[in-house]
Amino acid sequence: MQIFKDAHRILERRDLAPKVTLYRVHAPNVAASRKAGQFVIIRVAEGGERIPLTIADADPAQGSITLVVQEVGTSTARLAALKEGDVIADVAGPLGSPTHIENLTTVVCVGGGIGIAPVHPIAQAYKAAGARVISVLCARTSDLLFFRDEMAAASDEVRVYTDDGSEGKKGLATDAIRDLVAEYGTIDQVVAIGPVPMMKFVSLTTKELNIPTAVSLNPVMVDGTGMCGGCRVTVGGHARFVCVDGPEFDGHEVDFDEMTRRQALYKEEEAESLQHFHACASEGVRA
Amino acid sequence: MSEKTEKERAPKDLKQRYATVRQEMPCQDPSARARNFQEVALGLEIEQALAEAYRCIYCTKPDCISGCPVGIDIPGFVHKVEAGDLAGAAAILRESTLLPAVCGRVCPQEEQCEAVCKVGRGKATKGPVAIGRLERYVADWERAQGNAPAPVIADPTGKSVAIVGSGPAGLACAADLARAGHKVVIFEALHKPGGVLVYGIPEFRLPKAIVAAEIEGLQRMGVEIICNFVVGLTRTVDELLEEFDSIFVGAGAGLPYFMDIPGENLGGVYSANEYLTRVNLMGAYDFPNNDTPVVRGKRVAVVGGGNVAMDAARCALRLGADEVRLIYRRSADEMPARAEEIHHAEEEGVVFTMLTNPLRYLGDERGRVTGVECLKMELGEPGPDGRRKPVEVPGSEHLYAADTVVVAIGNGPNPLVPRTTPGLETNRGKIVAQGETGKTSVKGVFAGGDIVLGAATVILAMGAGRDAARAINEYLETGNW
Repeated sequence: MQIFKDAHRILERRDLAPKVTLYRVHAPNVAASRKAGQFVIIRVAEGGERIPLTIADADPAQGSITLVVQEVGTSTARLAALKEGDVIADVAGPLGSPTHIENLTTVVCVGGGIGIAPVHPIAQAYKAAGARVISVLCARTSDLLFFRDEMAAASDEVRVYTDDGSEGKKGLATDAIRDLVAEYGTIDQVVAIGPVPMMKFVSLTTKELNIPTAVSLNPVMVDGTGMCGGCRVTVGGHARFVCVDGPEFDGHEVDFDEMTRRQALYKEEEAESLQHFHACASEGVRA
Repeated sequence: MSEKTEKERAPKDLKQRYATVRQEMPCQDPSARARNFQEVALGLEIEQALAEAYRCIYCTKPDCISGCPVGIDIPGFVHKVEAGDLAGAAAILRESTLLPAVCGRVCPQEEQCEAVCKVGRGKATKGPVAIGRLERYVADWERAQGNAPAPVIADPTGKSVAIVGSGPAGLACAADLARAGHKVVIFEALHKPGGVLVYGIPEFRLPKAIVAAEIEGLQRMGVEIICNFVVGLTRTVDELLEEFDSIFVGAGAGLPYFMDIPGENLGGVYSANEYLTRVNLMGAYDFPNNDTPVVRGKRVAVVGGGNVAMDAARCALRLGADEVRLIYRRSADEMPARAEEIHHAEEEGVVFTMLTNPLRYLGDERGRVTGVECLKMELGEPGPDGRRKPVEVPGSEHLYAADTVVVAIGNGPNPLVPRTTPGLETNRGKIVAQGETGKTSVKGVFAGGDIVLGAATVILAMGAGRDAARAINEYLETGNW
């Protein structure tokens, strides 16, 4: 397998929703070997953080991977400031264990908000393995939804749920699960990716309904190779490293509350950093 | 060699040599340096270097060479220093070591070359020759001159070797293989080469510019370094074997141990790897000018007694902590850290709490650590490693306040290569490799450093890298496995 040393150039940049942008990035080493469920760690520029981003799609022939990123802090703001043709300093991967694709009959793939992007390759993989894939796209409101066509192509059926009823059915991801169970009877597997509260409540619902559920976690990481342990979560009472043991875990075993608290650790620093970034940007110097 | 030769060789001024005091390393003042990230040890002055080199007594059978894991011709380079021929001294160092400026700083010389130096023996001794300080002096002098001569490289062999990991083992292995004329490509998972030299050892102990200069030297020899390439995942070892004639795995001990006690996942509890990586590699000491933050605790507890624990404790001081407490379950005598590091940490104000072991961490409603509950320990019977085992003292629970905790109790081998390489024999996660050669159970694949030894030292990893390079040369030449 050929080894590339090319720069990680942005081939395509497209806004999908407010503050949500798709980046197709030249990363042929990653594109050739990535599997569903894996992620990359990027560092936008010198002095930047290392942040994990799930690979939403890949084209090995073109040597590109697709990342969908919500602008929330300094690193994602730095990325959002890049244009097509610009280079991302570092892209390392694919990282994490791939999704364990079993031979299943009916799989429900739930993507909540930005979580639609990481659930996309998993839907693709289950469909390729012959499962009937029902995808559920959830968001607060219609504007925040994206990948409608991509998810339709990766699924046998797509349902849309919005909190405010502005598109599809009014309701939450948990409502979608109950609706689908009522309709189909048996569901072999639920895959739920999205904000931590969504994954938590979907997992609580499916536990009650006795449906195996995988969630994909996106905690703070540094190296992404098992070296630092910053991404540890409690699963089934034991500490696990999301970067090498995950990112997918049994949703019924994950301590979501602990994860939420760990995610908030740098809240003040993140605000300070973003303020610093904007101050530098307005002065026209690199933050 | 005969006794007569030794006498002939022996300098006439032995008495004076023995009477010369060991030169102290000039250091930044402890109170100042505990608040900055600049290098602590400033390096000898030229007069000191000459005086120190003069302390060598020209043994016929110098033990120091065998005390060095990479077999540096120590008397040879020391005598060049004594004669004022620093370029000559540098050339001798370069024959055996790729990283003299690094090793002069971080090698545990007191357990190696200096431990067996004959000058250090006897009642009246003023201590062994300060070999490490001299090595550093020569390497720093050479770097300051700029344009160190590139080593002679053999004609291209047409063979290629992939090196997994750019830490000390991989760099040393790469240097010897490049010198032998092979095409060498180093694959590094992180965005910057150097491994533990850049993510782990702090700037104040090993300036990163020095590591960068040593790596540039390697690149001038034609070694290619590809960063952001995670062997095992980006490409497997088997896939690399399709492109390369041989592979050396020096992936390091990159999997931190935790104690598996309650509260370890509270916010503000770090592995030493994470804490040091944030501070050193990601530059969190200069937040928000660098984007990566680290919790800047006012009361920091560091758990462990090794060099890594000392590094973490001293970083915490420099990040502005009011109190840094090092908690170690055995007594000071058993601490695995270098004497010099312990001494520096003490001088800077780290509080040493010995014979104490964490029981659990306490946190607030936001899930952030607020304290560590500990038990007193006492030393019991010697364990398998000869060190007396710490035993809990019942009912001795007590509490220290802490808003940051760094767990520095060691590392296991990184699992990425072992997990993804079928047929690669491991023992408790460590790759099984033959002692002298680094040969693994997979043909063409060699391994060395912490991925084989478990967490050890920079110089041992370099030694393993060099041993493997010799074996790889032989394998590439003969094809015999």
